[in-house]
Amino acid sequence: MQYEPVIGLEVHAQLKTASKIFCGCSTKFGRGPNSQTCQVCIGMPGVLPVLNKTAMDFIIKTGLAMNCTVAPYSRFARKNYFYPDLPKGYQISQYELPVCQGGYVEIAIDGETKRIGLTRIHLEEDAGKNLHEGIEGASHVDLNRTGVPLMEIVSEPDIRSASEAAEYMRKLRAILRYIDVCDGNMEEGSLRCDANVSVRPVGRKEFGTRAELKNMNSFKNVQKAIEYEIKRQIAVIEDGGKVAQETRLWDTSRGITLSMRGKEEAHDYRYFPEPDLVPVEVSKEWQDGIRATMPELPDAKRERFVREYGIPDYDAMVLTESRALADYYESAAKLSGAPKQASNWIMGDVLRELKSAGAEAEQCPLEPERLAGMIKLIESGVISGKIAKTVFEEIYGSKKTADEVVKEKGLVQITDEGEIAKAIDEVMAANPQNVEQYRTGKVALIGFFVGQVMKKTGGKANPGVVNDLLRKKLA
Amino acid sequence: MELHGLTLHKLRELIIKKEITAKDAAFAYTRRIGQVEPEVNAFLTLTPDKTIEMADKADKALCGGQFDAGLPALTGIPLAIKDNMCTKGIKTTCASRMLENFVPPYESTATARLAAAGYVLLGKTNMDEFAMGSSTENSAFGTTKNPWDLGRIPGGSSGGSAAAVAADMCAAALGSDTGGSIRQPAACCGVVGLKPTYGRVSRYGLVAFASSLDQIGPITKDVEDCAIMMNAIGGHDPLDSTSADVDLPDFTANLKDGIKGLKVGMPKEYFVEDGIDKEVYGSLMEAVKTLKSLGAEVREITLPHSGYAIATYYILATSEASSNLARYDGVKYGYRATGHADLLDMYKRTRSEGFGPEVKRRIMLGTYALSSGYYEAYYKKAQQVRTLIKRDFDEAFKDVDIIITPTSPTPAFRLGEKTADPMQMYLSDIFTISVNLAGIPGLSLPCGTTSNNLPVGMQILGRHFDEETVLRAAYAYEQATDWHTRKPGLS
Ligand SMILES: [Zn+2]
Repeated sequence: MQYEPVIGLEVHAQLKTASKIFCGCSTKFGRGPNSQTCQVCIGMPGVLPVLNKTAMDFIIKTGLAMNCTVAPYSRFARKNYFYPDLPKGYQISQYELPVCQGGYVEIAIDGETKRIGLTRIHLEEDAGKNLHEGIEGASHVDLNRTGVPLMEIVSEPDIRSASEAAEYMRKLRAILRYIDVCDGNMEEGSLRCDANVSVRPVGRKEFGTRAELKNMNSFKNVQKAIEYEIKRQIAVIEDGGKVAQETRLWDTSRGITLSMRGKEEAHDYRYFPEPDLVPVEVSKEWQDGIRATMPELPDAKRERFVREYGIPDYDAMVLTESRALADYYESAAKLSGAPKQASNWIMGDVLRELKSAGAEAEQCPLEPERLAGMIKLIESGVISGKIAKTVFEEIYGSKKTADEVVKEKGLVQITDEGEIAKAIDEVMAANPQNVEQYRTGKVALIGFFVGQVMKKTGGKANPGVVNDLLRKKLA
Repeated sequence: MELHGLTLHKLRELIIKKEITAKDAAFAYTRRIGQVEPEVNAFLTLTPDKTIEMADKADKALCGGQFDAGLPALTGIPLAIKDNMCTKGIKTTCASRMLENFVPPYESTATARLAAAGYVLLGKTNMDEFAMGSSTENSAFGTTKNPWDLGRIPGGSSGGSAAAVAADMCAAALGSDTGGSIRQPAACCGVVGLKPTYGRVSRYGLVAFASSLDQIGPITKDVEDCAIMMNAIGGHDPLDSTSADVDLPDFTANLKDGIKGLKVGMPKEYFVEDGIDKEVYGSLMEAVKTLKSLGAEVREITLPHSGYAIATYYILATSEASSNLARYDGVKYGYRATGHADLLDMYKRTRSEGFGPEVKRRIMLGTYALSSGYYEAYYKKAQQVRTLIKRDFDEAFKDVDIIITPTSPTPAFRLGEKTADPMQMYLSDIFTISVNLAGIPGLSLPCGTTSNNLPVGMQILGRHFDEETVLRAAYAYEQATDWHTRKPGLS
């Protein structure tokens, strides 16, 4: 039987606000335990939360970027449960009236655009962290993270494969980073993902029983975990078994998902409206004000790059993956006046260098200005594409311009026909048999002659001129 | 009269005129506490060092030459604070074993405002544990006695504050009121108590019982004192999102303008003879005559959903409490049981041992009401009824300016009389609870004494944020009678 997976993702994005969601403490990562706490976020008796308006701005911005309806009236709710990292014994979250409802994001799958629906986006506070390591007979609690603002983005069960899930995650991350509300760092946990996965026979309408996957801290792991889980569930069904509704943890090192059963009790969170916070009313003016600050989003930028710069859609997609890369490309394209060349160099050499250094576009040591300078030299025929490779290597890790490198190393292209003709003559004289063979029809030998001429000129001869002259002389 | 017997405003006059120093006042109360506290047991913590330090500070301000109208309103005035308001560096126990040794690292807004007004702290007063109760018998640290009859309860949960004011152990006190916890003890102890409009006084630093109902307010010797205290503690607080951003009037400004033409409503649901103690009923009827003689127009009104108030209250208040009290888990501060096997066992033992029976009863009730499968039938339904109760008042206030009721159906009952029957205890708040559900202001002031010399309280209710009218009516009535000048016969 053929099976079809049905997947929905719950993504937690940590907001880049300077202070926590309900108090003034800093949200900086990696400080000493409990150094970033106050009476409010550690839940002292008598304290009250005050909503951080920037967190609201950020979720509204996210909602607008993801085509959601921003609720004119939303409210917070308490999610009640006991755990040492939860100092109040409840988490302030949202339940019945989230800030954003509906909406969608579009992903590219096999050249097609697919729309993944969103159920809701809501705001909540993060919990702290229990520490067990290095402490004999005790556990400690670090509450620095308590109260850091989180956004939960819940998708509809519209995802049909592990690669769609990974693509959806990439797209979410791109949008969140474009609008600058989340740094998107999955390893540090500022972007976390849980997946609800079920399978059903192709053609059936009802969903199968779903498992909730947790602990996938990279795009790769999201994809691998879901792939594994789909296979596991199909195997269970084909063996005549039933998929259990449960939470499963992805074990990265073993590449399998494991049941959390035993630990998991049927939780009754006893949600009820948070009486310490008044409902949030979002006016049209508030929304409009935020819409006015909205940058061009990845999809719009990608379309514009294809239209304005005439580059292939695939290139435009890669180049718009992050706002920094897109900005990098766009200034290189404009400064060089050669958008296609700029795209080729960035898609090839620049991204290769960045990838091997594990760096992002904003950390690129080669500024778009210097890259554009090199491209201009190619365009004006001062250097050949081949020489440009050498120049690129020289300028990438240094502060030198292409001009400086070309002068320093004498890499200026030879375009003087007389000089090139002289080299051709010498090559022809040294290889009479090849000349003979070419003239009797073995025209593929042109490559051999070009290579020899280039070698003779130290690679500096203009390849166009070399080709033209060779064909004339060999004819 | 001795200093400790004076009202706050009289004491203020003496201090401003430099007839006495703040220290004189502080010592007068300290002495008085020394005399009667052993019998009354109104305080959980006395703060003698802090008292002297603050009185010193007040005297320095007085010597600063600014002894005029610009002097902060409570300069040198010794006050008592209910032990559920956080006072930085001073134990705040909520009369619970759970917080027996809890010393807050921060100050509540209400007490910070008193401090800005120059007050002098005498100590923290006894209460029902976490403000849950109507007799102060639920305190983990002993019962407070009613100064009028040491065999009777002072009311609750702010029983310590009301008893301290009645026994002249402070010039005035702060209480908190979730279902009647300021007004009912004020009535039992023959003093004035005001629960302001919800949102009028910041709850920041008030240890939460039921967040949507809790409100801090003054307990005082007369109505003018009450207005002065409200001026000091009221007003918007950015630290409390539920505190209202509305103008804070000067509550003393129109206090003495009289009540000629004021429309007074008597809800027929509250004046049922068989539901109220005969003497209480009689006192109220006399009070009605007095109000009429002062020019008020009294008429009968209806609050049709009154009968649902207690049930509604005990669902909403306990639901919120079950969540508010979840933080007392033994992890971060407060009581932690020893000898636990694992985390769950630690939680269970800590909470079983740390909370008293009434608190546990309410946590269980609230947990049940919020549970999946019951939420709709209980919590949600109760919220709907709450809206109806609020609407009753909105309707009534279209026709009248204030509403009067008895504060409590009976005068102070005997110690132990109702401890075995929670339902009977809950009924003591039958006339006060709706007021918290509606969020309107309510004041209790003395309006009589029973044949065995126990005070009777009258409750005056007003529109949202209209404490001014409530205070004005109370003042007019008070000045026409002498109940507020009567003192309990303590040695
Ligand atoms: Zn904090």
